Amino acid sequence: MSDVKKFMYVNRKAPYGTIYAWESLEVVLIGAAFEQDVALAFVDDGVYQIVKGQDTSELGIKNFSPTYSALGDYDINKIYVEKESLEARGLTVDDLLHLTWEDENEDWAEKDSIQVVSSEELKKILDESDVLLNF
Amino acid sequence: MKLGIQINEGPYTHEASNTALNFCKAALEAGHEIFRVFFYHDGVNNGTRYTTPPQDDRHIVNSWSELAKENNIDLVVCVAAAQRRGIVDEGEQERNGKDGNNIAEGFRISGLGQLIEAGIQCDRLVVFGD
Amino acid sequence: MAILHTVNKSPFDKNSLEACVRLAVKGSSVLMIEDGVYGAMKGTVKSDVVTGAMGDVTFYVLGPDLKARGIGEDKLIDGVKVVDYSGFVNLTTENDKVQAWL
Repeated sequence: MSDVKKFMYVNRKAPYGTIYAWESLEVVLIGAAFEQDVALAFVDDGVYQIVKGQDTSELGIKNFSPTYSALGDYDINKIYVEKESLEARGLTVDDLLHLTWEDENEDWAEKDSIQVVSSEELKKILDESDVLLNF
Repeated sequence: MKLGIQINEGPYTHEASNTALNFCKAALEAGHEIFRVFFYHDGVNNGTRYTTPPQDDRHIVNSWSELAKENNIDLVVCVAAAQRRGIVDEGEQERNGKDGNNIAEGFRISGLGQLIEAGIQCDRLVVFGD
Repeated sequence: MAILHTVNKSPFDKNSLEACVRLAVKGSSVLMIEDGVYGAMKGTVKSDVVTGAMGDVTFYVLGPDLKARGIGEDKLIDGVKVVDYSGFVNLTTENDKVQAWL
């Protein structure tokens, strides 16, 4: 396992209605240990995964949204959200979790992990990835 | 070419496992190598030997076991997903104090790292699911 | 860096085909499989998803899934190519990676 590949996790499903979002996040966390170049994309209903204010206490299902905030600690700081998917759902970036990472090259300055990108930009990012994992 | 396969759905509710099986047979026929088939989400249900479909239906679990045996394919069931859904091998039986196991021939239970490794090692990763 | 996209959802049920077309770069290939094959039929309210992108993307449909669902090739949108499982494998190896629009 010498060469570094660009892994892209494409998330298109809402949380809780099905388990895909949560088990996808488990893959991302395990995958972080492999020192590959990792990025996440949230498209379509996938954007609902990172909406803030989730409270599952009355469901009896674990609220896994705080885990997204830990991604920065795993050196996962490329989180792309498709602008068109947000807009179609009446959401803006202010409705999303504030995900950050600390840049060790700039004295651990806190930076935003989420980048809202257009379909045109995202399709190029997908095209430049090596391995596409879909959930 | 070296191919990795990920299957996210169980054997009978969704067509995914069936499509993957046909894809793998065609790939082997064409001389490609199936490096690993990784079963995730409800896909872990492809790995129980207790599956007993009616006689006029295909036996997907046995088909995977046979294909793996003939072609030396690594069938890996994700441990975290398997524990949630009650797919157990001897090691898991012992570790979790269960009164039996149900893993099918040719399948093994291992970690999610096996999927990432397939992504790294394989020329292509093909995902089948819902 | 060409991508093979697979779509396995009926366009009358999910937006997978539309999402795929929206996010496929020019020169990509799209293969409709399983319930996705309904997206390849002409004369439906969703046919324009495929016809509208025909210039930029090459569309394929998995023949065995068509046959299983009683869809004759005469029902397909002009220009959609029918492949079998070995054709699916060829598309996988001819492209650099596969994106499954689950």
